[in-house]
Amino acid sequence: MAIQLKLSAVRQTQWYEYLVRFVFGGLLTAATGLITHRYGPVIGGLFLAFPSIFPASVTLVQTHQKKQEQKQGKTEQDSQEKGEQAAGHTAEGAALGSFGLFAFALVIWRLSPNLPPWLVLVLAQLLWLSGAVLAWWIRQKVA
Amino acid sequence: MEYVLRFLIGGVVVSIFAVIGDVIRPRTFSGIFGAAPTIALATLAIAFFKDPVSKIATEGRSMLAGAAALLAYSLVARYLLLKRSWSSLPAAILCYLAWFAVAFGLWFLLLR
Repeated sequence: MAIQLKLSAVRQTQWYEYLVRFVFGGLLTAATGLITHRYGPVIGGLFLAFPSIFPASVTLVQTHQKKQEQKQGKTEQDSQEKGEQAAGHTAEGAALGSFGLFAFALVIWRLSPNLPPWLVLVLAQLLWLSGAVLAWWIRQKVA
Repeated sequence: MEYVLRFLIGGVVVSIFAVIGDVIRPRTFSGIFGAAPTIALATLAIAFFKDPVSKIATEGRSMLAGAAALLAYSLVARYLLLKRSWSSLPAAILCYLAWFAVAFGLWFLLLR
């Protein structure tokens, strides 16, 4: 399945939907800092992989897909089902992305004592993306 | 002030990855951005300036358990959405239970 850009999706999203994700993400990041300060890095580190994007995004995916289906004349039930399927596929993608997150965490754990911070973050980010894309590619082959 | 900075950086990073996820298709591929290391990037970018590397490495090690928890979260969400036809918001909220169970279960078994 080819990967495509659908830039019109940006216009589909309302300004308050962007605001919700900004505020939610900001609050979670601040909360992670507080948790680390209060309970230490062992507990705080768990929350570096807390689901921050997924809840708001999957809700938007379902809503937008349902609206799209209804515009095409589908029934309420069919539209609802398509929305849930779109959300479910997004969840599958997040599961695959988690494999990349393992790679990210491994780099932070093992390389941060030895390399400059900027290089650690760049390597970690590249490995996250590579790991996530590889997991997705493998899933496409076996599905 | 530090927490205001964390809030702003975290909000921007989450928003950027969320928008990237919005414009990419198919959905399974865009979904990988739902597992982007947004909180980690925002937090570690600040931590590298103020915390010792040993503390950062410890956070990285714990993040492995958090990643396992995120995998569990996503798989439960997929099941509820595709197999049980749950609506997305209740599913996403309920799945936090899976995240906490796996994250703190692994903490208890391996990281304490």
